[in-house]
Amino acid sequence: MTAVDLPFPPTDLTRDGLAGVPTTDAPQTRKEYTSDQEVRWCPGCGDYAVLAAVQGLLPDLGLVRENIVFVSGIGCSSRFPYYLDTYGMHSIHGRAPAIATGLAVTRPDLSTWVVTGDGDALSIGGNHLIHALRRNVNLTILLFNNRIYGLTKGQYSPTSETGKVTKSTPMGSVDSPFNPVSLALGAEATFVARTVDSDRRHLTAVLREAATHRGTSLVEIFQNCPIFNDGAFGAMKDQDSREAALIPLEHGRPVRFGAGGARGVVRAGVGVRVVSVRGAEHPDGVDESALLVHDAHADDPSTAFALSRLTDSGVLTQAPIGVFRQVERPTYDDLARAQGDTALGAAGAGDLAALIAGKDSWTVD
Amino acid sequence: MSKQVRQLDRVIIRFAGDSGDGMQLTGDRFTAETAAFGNDLSTLPNFPAEIRAPQGTMAGVSSFQVHFADHDILTPGDAPDVLVAMNPAALKANVADVPRGSTVIVDTHDFTTRNLSKAGYGQDPLDDGTLEPFQVHAVDLTAMTVEAVNEFGLSRKDAARAKNMFALGLLSWMYGRPVEPTIEFLTTRFGAKPTLRDANVTAFRTGWNYGETTEAFAVRYEIKPATMASGRYRNITGNAALSYGLIAASQRSGLPLFLGAYPITPASDVLHELSKHKNFGVTTFQAEDEIAGVGAALGASYGGALGVTTTSGPGISLKSETIGLAVMLELPLVVCDIQRGGPSTGLPTKTEQSDLLQAMFGRNGEAPLPVVAPRSPADCFDAALEAARIAVTYRTPVLLLSDGSLANGSEPWRLPDVDALPTIDPGFARADAPGDRNSDAEGSEDQPFLPYARDAATLARSWAVPGTAGLMHRIGGLEKADCTGDISYDPDNHDLTVRTRQAKVDAVAGTLPPTEVDDPSRGVADGVGARLLVVGWGSTYGPIGAACRRARRDGYAVAQVHLRHLNPFPSDLGEVLARYDRVVVPEMNLGQLALLLRGRFLVDAVSHTQVRGMPFKAAELADVLRAHAREVESYAFPQSGNVAGRIA
Repeated sequence: MTAVDLPFPPTDLTRDGLAGVPTTDAPQTRKEYTSDQEVRWCPGCGDYAVLAAVQGLLPDLGLVRENIVFVSGIGCSSRFPYYLDTYGMHSIHGRAPAIATGLAVTRPDLSTWVVTGDGDALSIGGNHLIHALRRNVNLTILLFNNRIYGLTKGQYSPTSETGKVTKSTPMGSVDSPFNPVSLALGAEATFVARTVDSDRRHLTAVLREAATHRGTSLVEIFQNCPIFNDGAFGAMKDQDSREAALIPLEHGRPVRFGAGGARGVVRAGVGVRVVSVRGAEHPDGVDESALLVHDAHADDPSTAFALSRLTDSGVLTQAPIGVFRQVERPTYDDLARAQGDTALGAAGAGDLAALIAGKDSWTVD
Repeated sequence: MSKQVRQLDRVIIRFAGDSGDGMQLTGDRFTAETAAFGNDLSTLPNFPAEIRAPQGTMAGVSSFQVHFADHDILTPGDAPDVLVAMNPAALKANVADVPRGSTVIVDTHDFTTRNLSKAGYGQDPLDDGTLEPFQVHAVDLTAMTVEAVNEFGLSRKDAARAKNMFALGLLSWMYGRPVEPTIEFLTTRFGAKPTLRDANVTAFRTGWNYGETTEAFAVRYEIKPATMASGRYRNITGNAALSYGLIAASQRSGLPLFLGAYPITPASDVLHELSKHKNFGVTTFQAEDEIAGVGAALGASYGGALGVTTTSGPGISLKSETIGLAVMLELPLVVCDIQRGGPSTGLPTKTEQSDLLQAMFGRNGEAPLPVVAPRSPADCFDAALEAARIAVTYRTPVLLLSDGSLANGSEPWRLPDVDALPTIDPGFARADAPGDRNSDAEGSEDQPFLPYARDAATLARSWAVPGTAGLMHRIGGLEKADCTGDISYDPDNHDLTVRTRQAKVDAVAGTLPPTEVDDPSRGVADGVGARLLVVGWGSTYGPIGAACRRARRDGYAVAQVHLRHLNPFPSDLGEVLARYDRVVVPEMNLGQLALLLRGRFLVDAVSHTQVRGMPFKAAELADVLRAHAREVESYAFPQSGNVAGRIA
């Protein structure tokens, strides 16, 4: 077998995730994006906040509404499409990335979104997720991570901390969790971000970047389940602890957090570690100039991966948020369509009669 | 030296050798020559699932049978008139199928103690008399090949590899096949490697000349071209015909074709074939698994493409949930199952038709879908087009049941006039089209779109694809409220929609032609006629048809029905079955169609089954039919001698 150098990417391949999707100058409102269906999540569910953020963002994107599609799997968050007045499909457990891939490849004029959860995307649908990421299909994937199975009433999920006591693990779960950001980076993702349901501004900003990235954008959203896993992200949300728990990543800026920026991240061996930054509080701390400057556009994902490891695998007390990685790579769907165009250019539009006759036909009189 | 020429009306040749001996290619080339000559033909490749089993062992034997005739034939033939065995294992694996008096051509080169023992021979069969019932030509084909190509300076191994072309040359001489197509083929194939090209062409010519000059082969055979309906023909395999049928469906519907597939034997060739034709607007997606293959196809259908997935039985098992989703979403989807021996991994390269009940019922809940099956390799074209017609017209997944013998077998195909092929109307919903909205009043734009409102005749729902203004809606796997498509847990609604989805599939029967009954004795004379009906589906068409001809030739009256549509059945099928005293259903499973016929029509269908991974033999089936005919006294009027009695 041989490999060929693809005559791609064609120079005209766009880097805009929304290129090809028709736009409108007419102002749009959040109401237009609200369907007539009654929202049926539990009171206090983090999903409400995400829905509100998306309904707030979409009018801003200026897209023709009928060219937006939300595809979801199964789980609480996967009811999402019913509540948006766009096109939508509530599919089956774990398969939304596969279905969305077929749609995105055949319809470059659509803005295609996938809504999924930690069980949907990382357990039953893990295979589809990693392959969508490696292919870099032009999709925006919102992964609602509540670290629990909600719709089936409270079993532990692939992101639950080890030792999690649930109905199915009365003695504590014995499996190690996935870190969704680490997983996505390992799967060759070109856009990986994390945000929190309760931070509307951060959530909206990250979603906007994800939507406009060309390729598969994976956004992990820390989302509270008030019924079966309440407080799982308490440290991230509590006014008193939030500053110390969240490590904001901003491209081109030193990675620094905590009250008064007292904490920061430096390179350490092949990874990174959290240090105290020199200042009134830490006179012996590391100088600000030694902090790691976040480069989301670095071709090598190693540092982004190292940053993702600052996330606790057990009960969450610390996690980076923001865009870990955003790099440009031709998308599967653009390349697949370009091959079609190349074939068409080389051979001309297919002639069915010539095709079926083949090269070895004969005539009987 | 002038050779005796003997006329024959049909011949069955089987080429057998090691997996690496190029027997499939040899068979393909002989078939191409035979097609060019104008005989009717039918082929049966038979090869192991292992790519290269240990050389010289029984596990590694690969064979290719071709049946050709001066008249219309239906099967690749039961037993070879000529067996070409390239090594001891090939002889051992195939000789039991060879009738007494037939010809066996053996390449003696590998008949060494070591290779004999690998094949499990205690003694050399060439010497111990076991081949006495046959006309044996024991020749060192390999040595002659190596000598013939000596001038090209190939390694001994490469030189010996041309032995299949020597054998092809010899057989081409014996049966008067035209040599030009093969020389042309070799010239193209080895265009970049002139030494290999010249060696293969030389081996081929030397094989021919060997037949011409040696005294060992005293007779040549002549099989006149068959009388075939006028038209343009080509030889085609089932998988190629199926691929072309899908492309034709795309062209005739104006829908871009999207194939989502995961490699699996014996379906992969459809993926390979369609991947070559991107200039027809075909997109092929090699998915990460079977589930993603069908999922992507369904996603493409949702976006307004003709979504297709191809697989074999194990893949259908994995796709079942998504097919169920397609039933619920009521979107077009063509699911091709190229059946193979099961259960589980089963017999990947062997044929079987044991997925019928899986196709019918292999999903949770009441999830009916139409099922169609081709009857011959070329018929895969029409079956694929028909599957797409139903899928698009009725907004439903359709299961197309081909099988391994159709997929790899080939036959001459009279090319259809592409402009006369049926057209398929996608009938996409538009906001301004009448009937797509919940109101016939003026200004209906304010009314909500009803994605599950149905066409009165077909019961098909609207196909409103993303990008269509004014028709935004949500669909999903949860039960749908009638018309609105909203989530509904209402008991009456569920009862209604379950029955409606069934009624929609049943409605397909209204567009099917009456059942075609092949009953030559019907209406010929009073009081005489067939009391026996044989019903089949899929690739058994050839053997059943051939068995019917044999039984009829002997004076038995046998009627034949072969079903294209397994779900729904044609509307008149019950009435047809009721006309006969006995209904016999031969199948390569344990009686799946028979079960359906019994359940649906309360007919006491007699199941005749075989699951050997190989097609039925016409002669054996004819015996079965004769026995049934005698039991129900199903005799035709006395034979006048002009009834078609050719063996098929």
